[in-house]
Amino acid sequence: MSTDPTTYVLRGARPLDGDAVDVVLADGVVTEITAAGTATVQGATVVDAVDHVLLPGLVDLHTHLREPGREDAETVASGTRAAAVGGFTAVHAMANTSPVADTAGVVEQVHRLGEQAGWADVHPVGAVTVGLDGVRLAELGAMADSAARVRVFSDDGKCVHDPVLMRRALEYVKAFDGVVAQHAQEPRLTEGAQMNEGVVSSQVGLTGWPAVAEEAIIARDVLLAEHVGSRLHVCHLSTAGSVEIIRWAKSRGIDVTAEVTPHHLVLTDELARTYDPTFKVNPPLRTAADVEAVRQGLADGTIDIVATDHAPHTREDKDCEWGAAAFGMTGLETALSVVQQTMVDTGRLTWADVARVLSANPARIGRVEATQGRPIAVGEPANLTLVDPAATRTVDGAEQATASGNTPFRGRELPGRVVATFLRGRATVLDGAPVDAHVVGAR
Amino acid sequence: MKHLLSTADLSKEEAVGLLDTAAQMAATQSREIKKLPTLRGRTVVNLFFEDSTRTRISFETAAKRLSADVINFSAKGSSVSKGESLKDTALTLHAMGADAVVVRHWASGAPYQLAHAGWLDAAVLNAGDGMHMHPTQALLDAYTIRRHLAARGSGLAGDGGDGVGADLSGLRVAIVGDVLHSRVARANVALLRTLGAEVTLVAPPTLVPVGVGAWPCRTSYDLDATLDEWRPDAVMMLRVQRERMSGGSGSFFPSPLEYSRYYGLDARRLARLADHAIVMHPGPMNRGLEISAEAADSDKAVIVEQVANGIAVRMAALYLLMAGDSSAEGNDL
Repeated sequence: MSTDPTTYVLRGARPLDGDAVDVVLADGVVTEITAAGTATVQGATVVDAVDHVLLPGLVDLHTHLREPGREDAETVASGTRAAAVGGFTAVHAMANTSPVADTAGVVEQVHRLGEQAGWADVHPVGAVTVGLDGVRLAELGAMADSAARVRVFSDDGKCVHDPVLMRRALEYVKAFDGVVAQHAQEPRLTEGAQMNEGVVSSQVGLTGWPAVAEEAIIARDVLLAEHVGSRLHVCHLSTAGSVEIIRWAKSRGIDVTAEVTPHHLVLTDELARTYDPTFKVNPPLRTAADVEAVRQGLADGTIDIVATDHAPHTREDKDCEWGAAAFGMTGLETALSVVQQTMVDTGRLTWADVARVLSANPARIGRVEATQGRPIAVGEPANLTLVDPAATRTVDGAEQATASGNTPFRGRELPGRVVATFLRGRATVLDGAPVDAHVVGAR
Repeated sequence: MKHLLSTADLSKEEAVGLLDTAAQMAATQSREIKKLPTLRGRTVVNLFFEDSTRTRISFETAAKRLSADVINFSAKGSSVSKGESLKDTALTLHAMGADAVVVRHWASGAPYQLAHAGWLDAAVLNAGDGMHMHPTQALLDAYTIRRHLAARGSGLAGDGGDGVGADLSGLRVAIVGDVLHSRVARANVALLRTLGAEVTLVAPPTLVPVGVGAWPCRTSYDLDATLDEWRPDAVMMLRVQRERMSGGSGSFFPSPLEYSRYYGLDARRLARLADHAIVMHPGPMNRGLEISAEAADSDKAVIVEQVANGIAVRMAALYLLMAGDSSAEGNDL
């Protein structure tokens, strides 16, 4: 990764929506924060940041980059470029690639591809079980000790449903301060499931995916985590009941963290009436009451983070019958806007809270808090995202940086725009566009 | 009406109009020469992604009686099993100039996608999609109910003959069996309510969908009580798929015998029906499971007539979708 020799002055930026200041970035760190309009640095590139909110670079704990194996849907390079456009400076790459990221070799490959691409830090997530088959523990220690320094382990896409195996995994990762990120989906209760089970599924004739299939696993896992004294992370909470269980677990002092996706903050199962497989996702879109519950959970801190579950798919995998289509939707380039729309513009979160749920907390859960999710202060790594909250844009899948077009927000107007993203002082995005010239692995 | 995708899309006027047109079609079918010139030169494609000989030949007969050219396209398999994708199939049919596509598909919503994805500009008739809808089945059921029972309903608007012009107000229909997996039940509930009938679904709780509370009907787990206390005018028995009881711990009921005991229309229950009540079944029947031979062969059963009415209803649907434009002018039934 090259370091950008450019010195940047972010003129008039408002860190975490605070008072306007000038922020100077040089040699990969924040070198100066001074009154707005006063910073003068010889040869610096000045970025007009008046009325823009400055956030720590966003950290996604849940990204599918598809490489190795499905480079037709996304590559590490295209996915991290999309991440940069969305304001992210670090992503955790999920393990359900082909081959599965269940060995030190694969996680090191993904890590190296991320370094070569240079758009964002790529932290591979290691599979909990060999081949995601839910039967045998993968070599978690080898992945933790590898150059990729894996700390998050997940069979995401599949649930670690065997309670004994889950217990062992929770215990085992304590040796290296790891965390198991559970995809909570009871497999027997969701055989053939296509969408949330409820009024809409009963009417459109798609096999239902009951909330209890998610909640039962979460309830079991928080009790297991309590019993063995382990850290647990719950991926993509989608139901009101799940929020209640996490709230209860936290009240008991159980070491659990939880995430919600942007799409579960705004979209509902009513969209299945279109039979457009763009809206087919795992866990499924739920009801308006669930949307309200996850918003409330995010606002009151029950839910710790927003993570995208960015899941690119080729057109072949989406241009078909709902029942035949792949689960998943893209999210890196719309996440911040959705959080602004649903949480900030509604007064439920401040921008400082956004920095917490989209940067500091995910960095801490992923154990990358030494470099990511840092305060905006002199001497800190210059991983920063500059947002124009007053802008609006209409989402167009074809214009996105991700290699796949399965955005559920196509045609929707969303507030906010990422103006610039800095990775260790180097601009990966300027004027809202990816800075291909500065990035080694740019296409 | 451009497509016929769901009975939930039909207004009362459209539904009654369809039934009235079907009655006109049925009248022509007693003539010596049954064939009408109405759709001469038009092409109807029967696109079947799932086997259903009965429905296919019913549509084929209906189209041929209207003089349409009929192409049967069996597309078993799917994008899942390496067959041609739905999209490519649709583009192919479009290129071949199909005027109407009758589609049966294992996936709920596939006809909706065919109609709305922009792949095809033909009229799309849903001939059954997954667990979602089977509109022509519901229309032929309503047509059959009206023929037999319109005089007992409170919604008479026509001349009395065969209930033409009438809706189904005041009539009670019990739909019994595997509601959960049934497109016939969904299609019927929507249409019967639109036509003013009252519906009670009767099934073991495992075969009632979560969310049924939002449906415009009653639900009961007790067939005997429904027959004795609610006194339905028509009893519609749904086919129980054998696979529903062979799933080990996933079985929906303990045994075929227990199912028959509680939810089968046997001779004992048949005898308790009102004199005027009719017994219906969309076919194919599992004799001895959901319906006994006594019930299936009794003079209350209108099951064979449902098949005949299916042709008239499908003729009506094809006619209204395909000849509703200027090309139909001057065509006389």
